Amino acid sequence: MRLVSSWGRLSACPHDVLVLNDRSKVSNVLAGHHPGIAHGMGRSYGDVCLNPEGVLWNTTGLDRFIRFDENTGRLTCEAGVLLRDVQRLVIPRGWILPVTPGTQLVTVGGAIANDVHGKNHHVHGTFGDHVKLIKLVRTDGEIIECGPQLRSEWFAATVGGLGLTGVIVEVEIQLNRAAGPWLETETIPYANLDEFFQLADDSEAEWEHTVSWIDCVSRRGGRGLFMRGTPRGDFDRLEPQGHKLTMPLLPRISLVNRLSLPPINMAYFYFKKWQAGRTVTHYEPFFYPLDNLLEWNRMYGPKGFFQYQSVVPREFGKDALQAMLEQIARSGDGSFLAVLKTFGNRPSVGMMSFPRPGVTLALDFPNKGARTLKLFERLDAIVREARGRIYLAKDARMPRDLFESGYPRLNEFLKYRDPEIGSQLSRRLMGA
Amino acid sequence: MENKKRIVIIGATSAIAEHCARLWVQGTTVELTLVGRDATRTERVAADLRVRSPQSNIRVVQAEFLDPIAIQTVVDAIAGHGAVDAVLIAHGSLPEQSLCQADLTTCHEALDINGISPVLYAEAFAKHMAKTGHGTLALIGSVAGDRGRKSNYVYGAAKGMVTRYAQGLQHRFAGTAVKIVLIKPGPTDTPMTAHLKNQGAKLAPVEDVAKKIVDAVERGQAVVYVPGKWKLIMWVIRHIPAVIFNKTNL
Repeated sequence: MRLVSSWGRLSACPHDVLVLNDRSKVSNVLAGHHPGIAHGMGRSYGDVCLNPEGVLWNTTGLDRFIRFDENTGRLTCEAGVLLRDVQRLVIPRGWILPVTPGTQLVTVGGAIANDVHGKNHHVHGTFGDHVKLIKLVRTDGEIIECGPQLRSEWFAATVGGLGLTGVIVEVEIQLNRAAGPWLETETIPYANLDEFFQLADDSEAEWEHTVSWIDCVSRRGGRGLFMRGTPRGDFDRLEPQGHKLTMPLLPRISLVNRLSLPPINMAYFYFKKWQAGRTVTHYEPFFYPLDNLLEWNRMYGPKGFFQYQSVVPREFGKDALQAMLEQIARSGDGSFLAVLKTFGNRPSVGMMSFPRPGVTLALDFPNKGARTLKLFERLDAIVREARGRIYLAKDARMPRDLFESGYPRLNEFLKYRDPEIGSQLSRRLMGA
Repeated sequence: MENKKRIVIIGATSAIAEHCARLWVQGTTVELTLVGRDATRTERVAADLRVRSPQSNIRVVQAEFLDPIAIQTVVDAIAGHGAVDAVLIAHGSLPEQSLCQADLTTCHEALDINGISPVLYAEAFAKHMAKTGHGTLALIGSVAGDRGRKSNYVYGAAKGMVTRYAQGLQHRFAGTAVKIVLIKPGPTDTPMTAHLKNQGAKLAPVEDVAKKIVDAVERGQAVVYVPGKWKLIMWVIRHIPAVIFNKTNL
C-alpha cells in the first residue's frame, strides 16, 4: 500500500499500486487484482484517478512508441507515453499534437480518458477528435479495439470515459502538420467581460489559439489579459533552455491567500499590460507555462486545493460569469490561476466529455474546508441555472444532481462501464 | 554508416537498459544491438527506439543467458562484425531473499542470472576488445554487492562477484584504450523494485539513473554509484564494525 494523492493534494490515501509495463500482460494484471482504476501521472485535480484502499493500475511504464508514419502523421503508442515525449519526438519532424491541455506532463491515455481540450478548441475540438484507434483491455480479459468508425459506441464511451470502460493500452493518433516550434503571439489587456467576448469573437477566425487570464479578485468587473497565438513556420532561432524550478517545501499554510492574492494579481496585470503586444514565442512556454515550475501544487499548503472549472452555454455566458466572479470576489478566495476561454461549436465525440459550446472558467481555490465548499455551492447554483456543467477531471465535490443534469448521456454511458473498474469519483457520483 | 557508434546492450528489456538506449538514440544515430531472452519483448523495445531514431540501425538478437557456449556464439556473432564501441551488460533479477534461503534452486538461479551470466558475457566481449584494443565495457552491479546483508545477501553475493570481476578486468586493461565501467545503482524505480515502492521505499527515477550511466560510459569512469549519494552511504556501511553491523536490521 502506498499513499497516493492527485494533483490537488486534497487527500493522501493508501493504494495498492501495480505497475503496468508489458502491454501484452495487462489483462493478466487486471484479472488478478481488481477492482481498480488506471492511474497515469496523477495530474487530474480531484478523485477521478484515485481509488483509496483499492488498486491503482499505474500506466506510466507503458511508455513505448509503436509506429510513426512521418508521411501521414499517424502515431501509434502505448497509453503511458507522455504528451511531452510525443511533442519532442514529432515537432522536429514537422508534426504536432493537434490538441493539448495546459500541461504536457500527462499520459496519452489520461488525455483520452478525460478528453482534454486546449487553447484551440474553437479550431480543433478536443483530444478525442484526433484519436483514430484505442485498444482497451477489460477486466474479464476481453480486448476491445474501437475508433470513430470501428465499434464507435465503445469509442464514444471511452473518450472522456474517465477510465471506467476498461484500461486504455494502445492508441493511434492523427497528428497535425507543424511548420516548427514557434508561434506568433499577442497579449491584449481587456477591461471587462464585454471586451473579452468581443476579443474572443474577433480572434477566433484568425488565431488558432486563444485563452485569457482573468483577475478574479479585482472588483473592477472582470479585467484580464487576452492571449492569442498562431503557428509561425518562417522563423529560426535557438530554442529556450527551460530552466526547471521545483517548489522545494510544503509550506505550512497556503501561499495563496487573501493577503497575497490582490497584490500578485495587480502586479501581474500591470506588468503584462506594460509588455502587451506581439512577439514570437516557443510552443512550450506558450502552451505549458507552469511545466517548468515542478510541483507548483505545493504552494497551496498541506490542505491542498480545489480547481473549479465550469462551462456554460454562450447565451447565458456573460451573466453567469458575471455572477460567478461576483461571488468569488466577495469571498476573497480564488487564486492567481484564473482562466477564461470560449469553446467552439463542435460537439465532443465522448458521451461524458466536458467541452460543449460556450464559455469556460477555471479557477484554483485553496482548501479552506467548509468555507470553500459553501462558495462552491453558490457557484454550482449559477452553473445549474445556466445549464452548464463541471469538468470531472478537476472535480472533487460536485453534488450528484448537478452531475446528472450536466452530463445528460450518463445512462447511455453506464452500459459500457467495466464492473470491476471504479474510482472514488465513480462511487461518489455514479454510486459504484 | 561507418561513423555510427556501435553499441550492444545485453538484457535490453531491463528498464534501466531501455532508458539508456533511449538516451543513446536521442539526437544522434547509432548502430544498436539489443540482446534479450524474450524476442517479442525485445522487439517491442526496438520498435520504440526505431520511432525515436529512424536513422539508427536497431537489431534484435535473442539469446540464452546461462549457457556459456551459447553466450560465446552470440557474442562472437555480434563482435565478429567489427569493433564495438560500447557494451552495456544490464540483465538481472531481484530474488526474494527468503525464497533463496528456503529453496536452493531459487538460490542457484539468482546467483546464475545476477553473477555468472553477466561475467560470462563480459568475458566474451573482453576477448574481442582485447583484440581490437577498443571499446568500453559497462557492467551493472549494485550497491548490494558492497557488503553482505541479511535482507539480500544472495543477490548481494552475485553482485559482489560482478564487482570483484570488474576490478580484475580493470586491472587487466589498465593502460590500454579499453575501458571497464562498473555501475552500482542504488534502489531504482523499475518493475524489478515495484514491491519495494509499495512498502514505502524511496527509489531513484530510472531516467536519472540511465542518464548517469550513459555519461559514465561516455567518460569511461571506472566505478560509478547512481545516485551519487550511495557512494557515501556504502562507504559508511562497509566501515561499520561487524559487532555493530550484526546488530542492525539492514
